[in-house]
Amino acid sequence: MSKNFLLPIAALTTAVVLATTASGDGHADKALTAAIDARQAQMQLVSYNMGILGGMAKGETPFDSAMATAAAESLALVARLDRSILWLEGSIQGDVPDTRAKAEIWSDAAGFEKASSDLEAAADGLVTAAGADITALQTAMGAAGQTCSACHKAYRGPRN
Amino acid sequence: MWSFARFCAVACLGAIAVFWAVTRPAQLDKGWADPPTGNAEAGALVFAAAGCASCHTSPDVKTSDGAPILTGGRAFETEFGTFYAPNISADPSVGIGDWTFAEFARALTLGVSPAGKHYYPAFPYTSYAKMDTGDVADLFAYMKTLPVTPEPNKAHAVTFPFSQRRAVGVWKRLYMTDAYHLENASTPELERGRYLVEALAHCAECHTPRTALGGLDHVRWMEGAPDPAGTGRIPAITPQKLDWSTADLVAYFTSGLTPDYDSAGGDMAVVIENLSKLPEADRMAIAAYLGAL
Repeated sequence: MSKNFLLPIAALTTAVVLATTASGDGHADKALTAAIDARQAQMQLVSYNMGILGGMAKGETPFDSAMATAAAESLALVARLDRSILWLEGSIQGDVPDTRAKAEIWSDAAGFEKASSDLEAAADGLVTAAGADITALQTAMGAAGQTCSACHKAYRGPRN
Repeated sequence: MWSFARFCAVACLGAIAVFWAVTRPAQLDKGWADPPTGNAEAGALVFAAAGCASCHTSPDVKTSDGAPILTGGRAFETEFGTFYAPNISADPSVGIGDWTFAEFARALTLGVSPAGKHYYPAFPYTSYAKMDTGDVADLFAYMKTLPVTPEPNKAHAVTFPFSQRRAVGVWKRLYMTDAYHLENASTPELERGRYLVEALAHCAECHTPRTALGGLDHVRWMEGAPDPAGTGRIPAITPQKLDWSTADLVAYFTSGLTPDYDSAGGDMAVVIENLSKLPEADRMAIAAYLGAL
C-alpha cells in the first residue's frame, strides 16, 4: 500500500527534477549564445574600424586624419567593452556551437586579461597615429595586427 | 637448381648494392670548401625568414629575453609516424655546439647528419638545399649567439618501413632537386621572392599538396593542402585561388591582418611574426612571387 503510494511521488519528483535541469540548461545555453553573439558583434566592429584604417595604411584610400581618428577612437571604445559579461564561463569551442573561444581564456585568465588590455593599448596607439601622419598609421597598424594575432593564437581555436 | 639459387643470391646482393649506392648520403660539393665569414646580425634575418624557431622551440619555453631557446621537442604527427624536432641550440652534446660549418651546411642543404645519416624530410632541407652559402654562414654565426640548452632529444616514433633511415635516400632521389619551381624570375624582385619563398620560408611545405610518398606535388603548386596537424585545410595561395592584391599580401605579412581584417591564426601567425621582422622589400618580393604563379 505505502509502496504504491510512494511510486507516483517518486516518478513525479524525478519528472520535476528532469524538467528543472532541462530548463536550467536551456537558460544557460541562451545566456552563452547571447554572449557569443555579442562578442562576435564586438569583433565585427573591431574589424570595421580596422578596415577604415587599413584601407588608408595600404594606400587604397587617401589618408584622412579626421576619419582615421574617428575610426581609431571607436576602436578604442569597442576594445573597452566590459569583458566580465562578454566572456561567460563555459562558452567554449566544442561545448557550445558557433564559437572558437578556447578554454585557455578562463584557465589563463591573467594572460587573457593582458592580451585584452594589449588591444586597448594598440587602439590608443592608433588614435595617436591617426592624429599624426600616414607613416605613423602604417606602423601602428602593424603593431595592432600583431596584437590581434597574439591573442587569436593563444585564445582562438581553429575554424571548423 | 643450384644455379637458380646462386642466381637469386647474386641478384639479391646486387639489389642490396644498388640500394646502398642509390641511398648513400650525399657529400657537400667543393663550392662549400671555403666558407665566407658569417655575420650574426644578418643571420638573424635568415633565421627569421627560414622559420627555424617555429619548429625548434618548445611550445612551453620559447624565449629567454626575447632570444629563441632552441630546445626542440615539438611533435609533428604525420601519416608516417611522429617526428620530434631536435635540440639545435649550441649545446655540444645534444645540440649543434661542436658541429663544423661543413657539418652544418651538409645538414641544412643535403639533409645529412654529421654521423652520415639521412634526416627525415619533416626537416625542410629540400627547400634549404637552395640556400646561398653566405646565408648559411650568417645563420650559423647567429645560431651560435643563441642560448644554450641541454634539453635531451626525443627519438622519432616512426614505424617500419619508414623507420629505415637509409630508405630516405630513395625519397631524396625522387623529390630533392636544386631546380626552382618558378623557372622564370625575370626581375631581381621576383628572383628575391623566389629565393625567400622556395628556399628559406619553405611555404610550399604546407601550401602545396603531397604525393602518396610525401613529396611535393608540383602540378598543384601552392594550391592548398590538408592541414598536417589534422583538422582543416591550409589555404591555396595562387592568384587564381586567392584574390588578394599585392598591397593586401604585404599588409598581411606585416600585420597578420587579412583583407577583411581578421587576423592570421594557427601556424601562420608564427610565420607572420617571422615575416614581419624582414625588410619591407622582402615582403614585397614574396607578394610579387605569389602574383607570378
